[in-house]
Amino acid sequence: MVHEKQYWKQVFWMATILAFGFGLLGFFDRMANGHLHADYGSYVPWGLWVAGYIYLIGLSAGAFLMSALVYVFRIEAFEKIGRLALLTALATLIGALLCIWFDLGHMGRAWRLVARTNFGSVMGWMAWLYGSYFVLLLFEFRFATRAELTAHHSVRTTSPLVQKLVGFDPTQPEAHPVEKDLKVLRILGSVGIPLAIAFHGSVGAIFGSVGARPYWNSGLTPIIFLVGAATSGGALLALVTAVFGIRTQREQDRRIVYLIGRLVLVLLAMDVLLEWSEMSIGLWSSLPSESESIRLVLFGHFWWVFWFVHVGFGILVPGLLLLFKPRSLTAVALAGLLITVTFISVRLNIVIPALAVPELEGLRYAFTGPGLKFDYFPSLMEWQLFLFTISLSAMVFLAGIQWLPVVDYSVENPGSEGGK
Amino acid sequence: MAEEQKTVQTVEQSTGLSPDEENRMRERRELLQKIGSGVFASLLMSPLMATPIKEALTAPDTTQKLTSLPEVPEGQPDEDPIIRMVRDLKRALQKPMEERKWSMVIDLRKCVGCHACTVGCIAENKLPPGVVYRPVLEEEIGTFPHVARRFIPRPCMQCEEPPCTTVCPVNATWKRKDGIVEIDYDQCIGCRYCITACPYSARTFDTGHYYTEDAPSQPAGYLGSADARVYETAPNYDYGQERPRVDEQSPIGNARKCHFCVHRLEKGMLPECVVTCIGRATFFGDANDPESLVSELIPQPNVMRLKEEMGTKPKVHYLM
Repeated sequence: MVHEKQYWKQVFWMATILAFGFGLLGFFDRMANGHLHADYGSYVPWGLWVAGYIYLIGLSAGAFLMSALVYVFRIEAFEKIGRLALLTALATLIGALLCIWFDLGHMGRAWRLVARTNFGSVMGWMAWLYGSYFVLLLFEFRFATRAELTAHHSVRTTSPLVQKLVGFDPTQPEAHPVEKDLKVLRILGSVGIPLAIAFHGSVGAIFGSVGARPYWNSGLTPIIFLVGAATSGGALLALVTAVFGIRTQREQDRRIVYLIGRLVLVLLAMDVLLEWSEMSIGLWSSLPSESESIRLVLFGHFWWVFWFVHVGFGILVPGLLLLFKPRSLTAVALAGLLITVTFISVRLNIVIPALAVPELEGLRYAFTGPGLKFDYFPSLMEWQLFLFTISLSAMVFLAGIQWLPVVDYSVENPGSEGGK
Repeated sequence: MAEEQKTVQTVEQSTGLSPDEENRMRERRELLQKIGSGVFASLLMSPLMATPIKEALTAPDTTQKLTSLPEVPEGQPDEDPIIRMVRDLKRALQKPMEERKWSMVIDLRKCVGCHACTVGCIAENKLPPGVVYRPVLEEEIGTFPHVARRFIPRPCMQCEEPPCTTVCPVNATWKRKDGIVEIDYDQCIGCRYCITACPYSARTFDTGHYYTEDAPSQPAGYLGSADARVYETAPNYDYGQERPRVDEQSPIGNARKCHFCVHRLEKGMLPECVVTCIGRATFFGDANDPESLVSELIPQPNVMRLKEEMGTKPKVHYLM
């Protein structure tokens, strides 16, 4: 069992380090040359990094909402994966914030989002919501892991600062504040649910409120974002639980993954329903301003992204796996992997097509220059930097399960053993 | 100009001419008047355009600056509309800022699609590659042999209800009292939300390119990329601020847009696109002034605005 877990950890570490190395080139390019080597520009001002940001933030919100099942609703079946869900949410949040930070024209001015907030703008709220969410996640993670950390012998001999950080009280070394911590976790989780809905709904509202882009401008957009977040975040959690979170030999543990699989199947079905509603209404309305973007998604230059990547490998294959192999660990994990990885195509198909349709006839050829075009495909530097942020997220996650008591392999008494 | 007219009248009075000869004489007189107006316009515009822009920016009180402007004569028949617009401009600048409403009227019947306004704007504002304030859209209507072409210059619409300002997360863009939508380059974080929110694609993103990129360098004495870049790095004066083009510094990394050449307006000069228009198809002035040329043109029945249904109330009008 331990060997199997070690094997997967090594595989993931290797892949992460490779991605990091490759992504580092993009990071240096971005730092040295700014936006010069990016393919987005004036007419398609948002590209892969914005899509990557909403993708990662969706994963974070989804994983966090799954953790709420443990800490708020106290669903025992999921008890073992509470900390894993929190760590997943934290790691993907870091990646998302890095992704959007690199996208800014002036990275050094990001602090103004807090200092000079325009609360009349949906985007103005984001820094505050993310800030609150980040702090909440850190606190929740601290309380969720305190019992195990304080029980660890190395904590008793470490510096007072570290002791304070992990919540170890040297005057009461034998105290086990598990119940107290669970109460705090319930409160934090209860605050976190509306917060997660608010911030990810707001990400949807950033797009939904843009009246100039009919493809985005819909009251359904924030809802689609939320359901998409829960679907992709749940799928990621199914994957990491199957690979890192359980003792695969134990039927009881495997049931956790099966349950997440069923939940993901329902969410996937809801996501498909919303997507169908949005696209079919847009097409039937026949107003070119909106239907052109949808046609671009379905039949444009990158039609295969929608049909093969999203519908094929993001809906059909995982849907069939979850439907017909709901009690196969490999099938559920594979479905989780497919949904998680292919969901970036969903995010790209939200961001790009709305921008790739000229707002005024004749604009396409009116003037030329870098960025004055409506055809966008992420440049190598953009892919590299995106991979860089993904690898950083993965490193945070892998370091967490490696060195912190996140994963609980115990049999009888969950929460009493460290996860190393 | 008045002297020219007087001379013509003296010639007419002193000679007894037949009606045909009188007609020819009248035509010649009208021609002379037009030429006179044109010559005067060019004489007037030269000092106006040659006035150092930087100097204009150091004097924020526009009423004081106007005293140093050349005198603009009273209206003449068949005068160049530019003369009248300069007069309108001068009158508007003597009012408080909040009482002005800068507006533009573009006569599409006169636009020949020469792109002089686009190029003039690029030169005036030192725009880098990928940034354009006033492209000219070209439309082809009909099928051969019944084909027509239409040219639509598209500056920033300076909307009354600008959707680009409300979305800015850091209050870096707003509508001024005179209606011009301004961007604070030092405040802008470069998130580009405003670019997506503009229904007219009037905002562009300055990614930091130079026209001289990858151009070959030459030994001293020849014009190589290094020498040519001197022009590109020379300061621009968007919103009245002197900004040499330096890597990583604003406006690189910012959203940028047309601002009706506000730095010129404050010195009593018309926007660059207005004075470079070879067909006099672009008119500019204060729509709050009933005497101004734009106030005469805007109520015409053949006026339209782009995407009027969106309710953004653009201050750029088109004559069809």
